[in-house]
Amino acid sequence: TVWIRFILIQNRAGKTRLAKWYMQFDDDEKQKLIEEVHAVVTVRDAKHTNFVEFRNFKIIYRRYAGLYFCICVDVTDNNLAYLEGIHNFVEVLNEYFHNVCELDLVFNFYKVYTVVDEMFLAGEIRETSQTKVLKQLLMLQSLE
Amino acid sequence: MPAVSKGDGMRGLAVFISDIRNCKSKEAEIKRINKELANIRSKFKGDKALDGYSKKKYVCKLLFIFLLGHDIDFGHMEAVNLLSSNKYTEKQIGYLFISVLVNSNSDLISLINNAIKNDLSSRNPTFMNLALHCIANVGSREMAEAFAAEVPRILVAGDTMDSVKQSAALCLLRLNRTSPDLVLMGEWTARVVHLLNDQHLGVVTAATSLITTLAQKSPEDFKTSVSLAVARLSRIVSSASTDLQDYTYYFVAAPWLSVKLLRLLQCYPPPEDGAIRGRLTECLETILNKAQEPPKSKKVQHSNAKNAVLFEAISLIIHHDSEPTLLVRACNQLGQFLQHRETNLRYLALESMCTLASSEFSHEAVKTHIETVINALKSERDVSVRQRAVDLLYAMCDRSNAKQIVAEMLSYLETADYSIREEIVLKVAILAEKYAVDYTWYVDTILNLIRFAGDYVSDEVWYRVIQIVINRDEVQGYAAKTVFEALQAPACHENLVKVGGYILGEFGNLIAGDSRSSPLIQFDLLHSKFHLCSVPTRALLLSAYIKFINLFPEVKGTIQEVLRSDSQLRNADVELQQRAVEYLRLSSIASTDILATVLEEMPPFPERESSILAKLKRKKGPGNLHPDLDENRKERSANGGTVAASPTPSTDLLGLGSTITTQNSAPPASKGTSLLVDVFSENIAAFPVETPVAVGPVADENFSREGGLHPYCTLGDSFVGIQSWQSIQFINPKIPDMRCLPLAPFPSRFVCKNNGVLYENQLLQIGLKSEFRQNLGRMYVFFGNKTSTQFMNFAASVVCQDTLQPADPTVDGGAQLQQILNIECMSDFVDAPVLNIQFRYGGTLQNVAVKLPITLNKFFQPTEMTSQDFFQRWKQLGAPQQEVQKIFKAKHSMDTEVTKAKIMGFGAALLDGVDPNPSNFVGAGVIHTKTTQVGCLLRLEPNTQAQMYRLTLRTSRDTVSQRLCDLLSEQF
Repeated sequence: TVWIRFILIQNRAGKTRLAKWYMQFDDDEKQKLIEEVHAVVTVRDAKHTNFVEFRNFKIIYRRYAGLYFCICVDVTDNNLAYLEGIHNFVEVLNEYFHNVCELDLVFNFYKVYTVVDEMFLAGEIRETSQTKVLKQLLMLQSLE
Repeated sequence: MPAVSKGDGMRGLAVFISDIRNCKSKEAEIKRINKELANIRSKFKGDKALDGYSKKKYVCKLLFIFLLGHDIDFGHMEAVNLLSSNKYTEKQIGYLFISVLVNSNSDLISLINNAIKNDLSSRNPTFMNLALHCIANVGSREMAEAFAAEVPRILVAGDTMDSVKQSAALCLLRLNRTSPDLVLMGEWTARVVHLLNDQHLGVVTAATSLITTLAQKSPEDFKTSVSLAVARLSRIVSSASTDLQDYTYYFVAAPWLSVKLLRLLQCYPPPEDGAIRGRLTECLETILNKAQEPPKSKKVQHSNAKNAVLFEAISLIIHHDSEPTLLVRACNQLGQFLQHRETNLRYLALESMCTLASSEFSHEAVKTHIETVINALKSERDVSVRQRAVDLLYAMCDRSNAKQIVAEMLSYLETADYSIREEIVLKVAILAEKYAVDYTWYVDTILNLIRFAGDYVSDEVWYRVIQIVINRDEVQGYAAKTVFEALQAPACHENLVKVGGYILGEFGNLIAGDSRSSPLIQFDLLHSKFHLCSVPTRALLLSAYIKFINLFPEVKGTIQEVLRSDSQLRNADVELQQRAVEYLRLSSIASTDILATVLEEMPPFPERESSILAKLKRKKGPGNLHPDLDENRKERSANGGTVAASPTPSTDLLGLGSTITTQNSAPPASKGTSLLVDVFSENIAAFPVETPVAVGPVADENFSREGGLHPYCTLGDSFVGIQSWQSIQFINPKIPDMRCLPLAPFPSRFVCKNNGVLYENQLLQIGLKSEFRQNLGRMYVFFGNKTSTQFMNFAASVVCQDTLQPADPTVDGGAQLQQILNIECMSDFVDAPVLNIQFRYGGTLQNVAVKLPITLNKFFQPTEMTSQDFFQRWKQLGAPQQEVQKIFKAKHSMDTEVTKAKIMGFGAALLDGVDPNPSNFVGAGVIHTKTTQVGCLLRLEPNTQAQMYRLTLRTSRDTVSQRLCDLLSEQF
């Protein structure tokens, strides 16, 4: 069984912009994981892979401007599929927020959760079609 | 699409977030938050009923505050109220708050479940999805109980909207993971499998995840999914790049779904049905062909998506391991990636090739890439890529290339990252043994390992070289000559001294004919290292000496003299002293015949699986995200070896006198004996003498065999018994300004005792056995799990200054974990080190901190002296600051024998007939620290009538006098 354990969006200073957990952790443990991921990911440069072993798992991450998008998965899972999963998610955010920037994620944090739930659920990929996701988000937007 | 403006809909929230962002300091932020919390609280408590919008806004603010890391202790009820709103945005905030903040044992759970139930039956797809997402996000037992029957119904109902089906499938998956017993698929199985045919690819994607998880648990029930998955995959793979429209990602048709289908197929063997099998092979060939086609886009997204599918296809090919053509094609494809400019691809190719190397069909093909892989080892910038190269070299190694690979790994070892050295050492040792044609090469290789990375050479490795040398006659002379030469280096690693001592003790005679390595020269060489070595190595050397006496009668006199010297016969270490006494006696009284019999050459060891291999297999990373995931973690192929590096101390840490190493080892949990006490009695046999590296109750079957005296029998942990362990270092207990944690002190009886139960609560019992000699000590800490449940994330660390260390992460129910602490007293001290224990029991994190009973008096060596000497010294220590006196009331009955025992337990020699008053007690001893020795005299005068004592301490150092007086006065 392989699935996403958590998704983190952090900036370079280590501020968390999104933390989505797909298994039970208590708050202290979450904080520890957030700090460890930040420490592991930020020391790497462009010559490094986008994958890094993490405890008994691995982090697939990609950096967009000052933000690190990180997905923690099982070591046997498909690295490139999650790497592009991140990119697909970022493209949706970019479309939804019209040139997304870090502040959008701060002020609309509750909407970001909706976007995540449309694309990832229970630690699995739920929907990959950008068109479908954006259509759904637009519909939800109209309900406000 | 309208852009979402900042915080539209909730202006107050945006203002609040801006305020927080503008706070210049943490204090300002907290102040602002507290103001907001007070405001929200008053709104919630106010008489005026809040409208839905305000409630939503305030709940959302609370959520934001929580996400900033502050505790929220109200607002849950208001969030639950939002769930029953008819407005999507209000409902959404309510559900989000519940998902993020509400834990499963909340008393609101029935209200929440009720709201979910209403939404699930609302027939409003938006509301149904919110409810399903909430269940999927929380996944609690209570929710499983309430909805495990309902969700599958929604999933397979004909009129359910596609997007709801997607959510229902994954919601069910989550419930199946958290409460598999409640999710009964039975009647739904066929219809769920049929979802693979759904025309909506989003539904197929979600369903494939669900089916894969279920198929892993009960493959038989879901085996009909194979043909459907192949059919689906075939349609995707053969489609033109635009056919799938919404699901085409950078000109790649449905890459994620393809990956998922290929994963589902890895739950099963190759299809038996020829047609299906043929179709699948066609798919895999097509995927391999596409990799050779020119890219449809230069974007990395295109190649990544394409290669995601390709790597998954290769995984399936390897999993089936039945189509030689496909395996070789896969290997060639990966070979191209080995030189790709993208680091990601080089990494993945190395990783994937590692599993290919274990297939008989592709092993040879993999081997052709050896030069590229060696080059990767030398030139890759990312250590994780180099690590994969090491794995692959290890996996592709066989008799034909072993010498080259071992040589490359050895030379890499000199510059290798510390984090992976130990693993490389193990791998080199295994390969050298496995593929050794002539054992001289093997011996050279292991000695090189010790030379290049001595600190990373675990005991298993040097035990093994000795086993092999003993079992192979042809290599013994060479081994003796080689270690003799190696020992001539001015600085050699202690492991080399061990191997050298053992081998020369057994086979030194094979090189003694050469005048450059005459018996005396051999002995002098070994003995020149003696004083630099630790106690266990010294013990081993003493045994080598007695063996020398048998091998070379001409050096008997020299060796007896060494054994007879005070530093041996009166050595403070019991084991060394005992060996010296026994060996000296043996050499003096035994006839040559008896000596020859007792000290006969070691018989061959029984052949068995290399213990090093076992260690490599067992070796695991230092921590899990969550231990119950462990079982879910598929092992990489045995050949590839999934070996996460565990932290090992770097050279300089070990070298410093101020450091202590700690070994963690989980002794094989004896099933029947659950509690500490039992294991104690079992363990006692293992510790009668100082067995410095004996870490468990495992008898050392390798060295102690029937017949004859086995001088090496205390060498340590057996070849079979040791579990993974970590060496860690901490600063020792001298630091005067050590942080004082608010903890209960250890029971004061430990001042005069070394063994017993240190701490106990309902879950955990901590027992101690310790021994001290001069300024050194060793403490065995036993952690007993009193429950029947596994402790997870178990960590025990010692705080002396501020260094924390990890321990073994789990302790099974009823089992016991042992940790060994090596202690060195640097100078006199007051504060005891603190043992911090943390573990997870059930859902909660447990913290225990206890002071370790390491007190200054543990480093006492008793000194016998005459009455005259005593009073002479007493006078010499007459300066006012050297004496500390205390008069105190007796807390216990004033029994003479008990008092005597306590003084002796305290560590001082009890001197009889020194004090003119026979009811007084006097004692003497020396406190050993690394830097100094402090002579101590004490006098205890009881006054039985007044039930009082007067205690006087005189030592050459005022702080020591004070500390000892404080410690001892608490005992009576």
